[in-house]
Amino acid sequence: MTDKMLDIRNLKVALPTERGTLNAVRGVDLSIAKGETLCLVGESGCGKSLTATALMGLLPRYAKVTADRFEMAGQDLTAKTDAKLAKMRGRDVAMIFQDPTSALNPTLTIGRQLTEGVMRAEKLSRKEADARAIEMLDRVGIANPAARLTQYPHGFSGGQRQRIMIASALMGRPKLLIADEPTTALDVTIQAQILALLGELQADLGLSLLLITHDLGVVAAIATEVAVMYAGRIAERAPVKDLFRAPQHPYTQGLLAAIPVPGLTPRGSALPAIPGRVPGLIGTMTGCAFRDRCALAGAECSQDPVPRHSPAPGRFVECYKAAEVAA
Amino acid sequence: MLSFLSKRLLVALLVCVTVSALSFGLMFLSGDPAIAIAGSGGRAEDAEAIRVAYGFDRPLVIQYLDWIGSALTGDLGQSIYFNVPVTEIIGNRVGVTLTLGFISFLVALVIAVPLGIAAALRPNGWIDRIALVIAVSGQAIPSFWLGLMAIVVFGVWYGMVPISGAETWQGYILPVVVLSYYAIPELMRITRSGMIDVLATDYVRAAKAKGLPMHLVISRHALRNAVLPLVSLAAVQLGQLLSGSIVIESVFALNGLGRLAWESLLRSDLPVVQAIILILSLLYVVLTTLADILNAVLDPRLRGAS
Ligand SMILES: Nc1ncnc2c1ncn2[C@@H]1O[C@H](COP(=O)(O)OP(=O)(O)O)[C@@H](O)[C@H]1O
Ligand SMILES: [Mg+2]
Repeated sequence: MTDKMLDIRNLKVALPTERGTLNAVRGVDLSIAKGETLCLVGESGCGKSLTATALMGLLPRYAKVTADRFEMAGQDLTAKTDAKLAKMRGRDVAMIFQDPTSALNPTLTIGRQLTEGVMRAEKLSRKEADARAIEMLDRVGIANPAARLTQYPHGFSGGQRQRIMIASALMGRPKLLIADEPTTALDVTIQAQILALLGELQADLGLSLLLITHDLGVVAAIATEVAVMYAGRIAERAPVKDLFRAPQHPYTQGLLAAIPVPGLTPRGSALPAIPGRVPGLIGTMTGCAFRDRCALAGAECSQDPVPRHSPAPGRFVECYKAAEVAA
Repeated sequence: MLSFLSKRLLVALLVCVTVSALSFGLMFLSGDPAIAIAGSGGRAEDAEAIRVAYGFDRPLVIQYLDWIGSALTGDLGQSIYFNVPVTEIIGNRVGVTLTLGFISFLVALVIAVPLGIAAALRPNGWIDRIALVIAVSGQAIPSFWLGLMAIVVFGVWYGMVPISGAETWQGYILPVVVLSYYAIPELMRITRSGMIDVLATDYVRAAKAKGLPMHLVISRHALRNAVLPLVSLAAVQLGQLLSGSIVIESVFALNGLGRLAWESLLRSDLPVVQAIILILSLLYVVLTTLADILNAVLDPRLRGAS
C-alpha cells in the first residue's frame, strides 16, 4: 500500500468486435496522490473514457480488463476486483459524466436521485439523507436547495444539472472523484464556472480528482499533474508546469505547439490538429503508436519495447527520441 | 397534472363522439338496412313498412341523435332477430369475452415482460435466443391453426382439457394459451428494445456509479423508463384481445362477443352489430386514455410537472 489515492499499473482493456479484438487500453500506468488533480488528456478515441470506466468497474461484461496493480482509496483491488469495487462505488470513488442532460433520470425527483445511494450504503434516514442533499446542493451553488429536492431534472439548465451531478457524486463523501469531460457539453461561460467549482471543491474537501479532458486550457487552469494519452497508452506524464514548459514526447509537443504562452491559453480551445491518423488498435501492435505521425521517427521506433525515460520523480516519457525532443 | 388530465379527457370525449358517429354510420354503408331486414326476397312494400317502423325514413342526424341519446341512458335498442333488448343479449355474452381477454392479457404480460427484460440484460444470450424463437413462431403461425392443433393434441388425443365451450374453467385453458401466445411477441419485443435503450443511458450508468445494486438499477431506473412505450402498446393489445377474439371464440365454440358479432352480421341483426362496434371502440378510447394517464403518472415530463 502506498499513500496514493490511485495507483494502477499496466491496465489493459480489450473489447471483442466484429473485426477482431480491439485493444483500446494497452497498458496504462496512472497514479494520483491524495488531494491531487491529475488531468488525463488525449484525442477523442484514445481510451480515456474506457480507462475511467474500468476504474469504476462499470465496463460492459464482454470487456476484458486486466492490471498488474490496481490500488484505489487504500484498497488493493488487483485480485477480486468486482465485488470490492461494487462496495466502493459512490462511497470511496464517484464519477461524473460528460452530458449532464442525460445523466439524471427524467422520471425521478432530484432528491430521490441524490439520496438513494447513501440511504442504502450508510443506512441514513430520509431526513438525514435530505439534509445532506441540501448541504451538497448548496455547496455546488444551487439556490434554494430544499425546494429543489421535489423537482424533476427537466426543469434545470445544463449547467445546473451538472452541478446537481457533482452534488450527487459528493453525497457519499468520496475520496476520489472521476470527472469524464464534465464541461464538454456546456456553454463556454458555464464551462468556466463548473471548472472553478470543481477546483474549489477539490481544495475544500481534499478530494483527489481525475479530470478527463481534451481541452488544454482546462489543464493549465486546474491540473497539478498531467498524463497525455495516445492510442491506449500514457505517452508522457509530468507535473503541469514541467509539461507545458518542456514537453518531452513529440506528441505532447505537437499538442502544445499551438499554445503561445502556457497558462494563458483560452479555455475551450480544442487540441490542435496533428497531421496523420491514429493507428487502428484491432489486434496486436509493436513499437511506438505515434511513429507514423512523428517527424522524428526512425527505424528503431517500430521495435518493442519503447523505452521509458524518467528524468525526474513523478515524470516519465515513452519515446526513443525523448533526448532529441528535450534538447 | 390537472391541465394535462382535462386536455386528455377532452380529446377522449371528441374521439368518443367521432367513433360513435362512425359506428352508427357503418350500418348504412352496407346498404339499405330496411332491405337487409326484409331479406333479399322481400317485397318492396315490406321494406317500406320496415323503414317507417324502424324510423329509417328520418334524416340521418336525427336517427343518430336518437340512437346515441338512448345509448347514453343504457338503451341500445332491440335485437331485430331475437326481439329482445340488445343490452340483454350483450350482457349474456360479455362475461366470456372479458374473462378470456383479461386472463390472456395477464398471462401474456407475466410471460412477455420478464422474458423481455432477461433478453435485454444479455442480448444474444440463450434467453434472448429462446425469446426470439417464440416471437417469430408466434407471429408466423395462424391462430386458427394453432387453436385447432391445440384442440387435437390436448383435447382429443390426451383428453386433458375440454375441447369446446366454457362451462368449466378448464374450458378457458386452451383459448387463453392460444390468445396470449399471439400477444406475447410484440409485448416482449417492445420490453426488450426499451430495456436495451434505457440500459445504455447515462442515468443508468450514473445509478450504477452511485453504488446501487443491479436489481435497484433495473427496477427503479431502467424499468420505469422502459415501460413507457410498453404501457401504450399494452393498452392496444388488451383492446385487441377483448375485441379480436372472433376466430378463437369460433374455434373453441365460446359464446362471447366476438362470436355474437359474427352471428349477428350473418343474421343482419344490425342493432346488435352496431352496439358491439360502439362498445368495442369506446373500450379502445378508454384503454388508450388510461394508458396516457398512467404514462403521465410515470413520466413527469408528460404531465408538465416541474
Ligand atoms: N463498448 C465498446 N465497444 C467497442 N468499442 C468501444 C466501446 N467503448 C469504446 N470503444 C472504442 O474504444 C476506443 C476508446 O474509446 P473511449 O475510451 O471512449 O475514448 P475517449 O474517451 O478517449 O474518447 C474508441 O475507438 C471507441 O470506439
Ligand atoms: Mg470519452
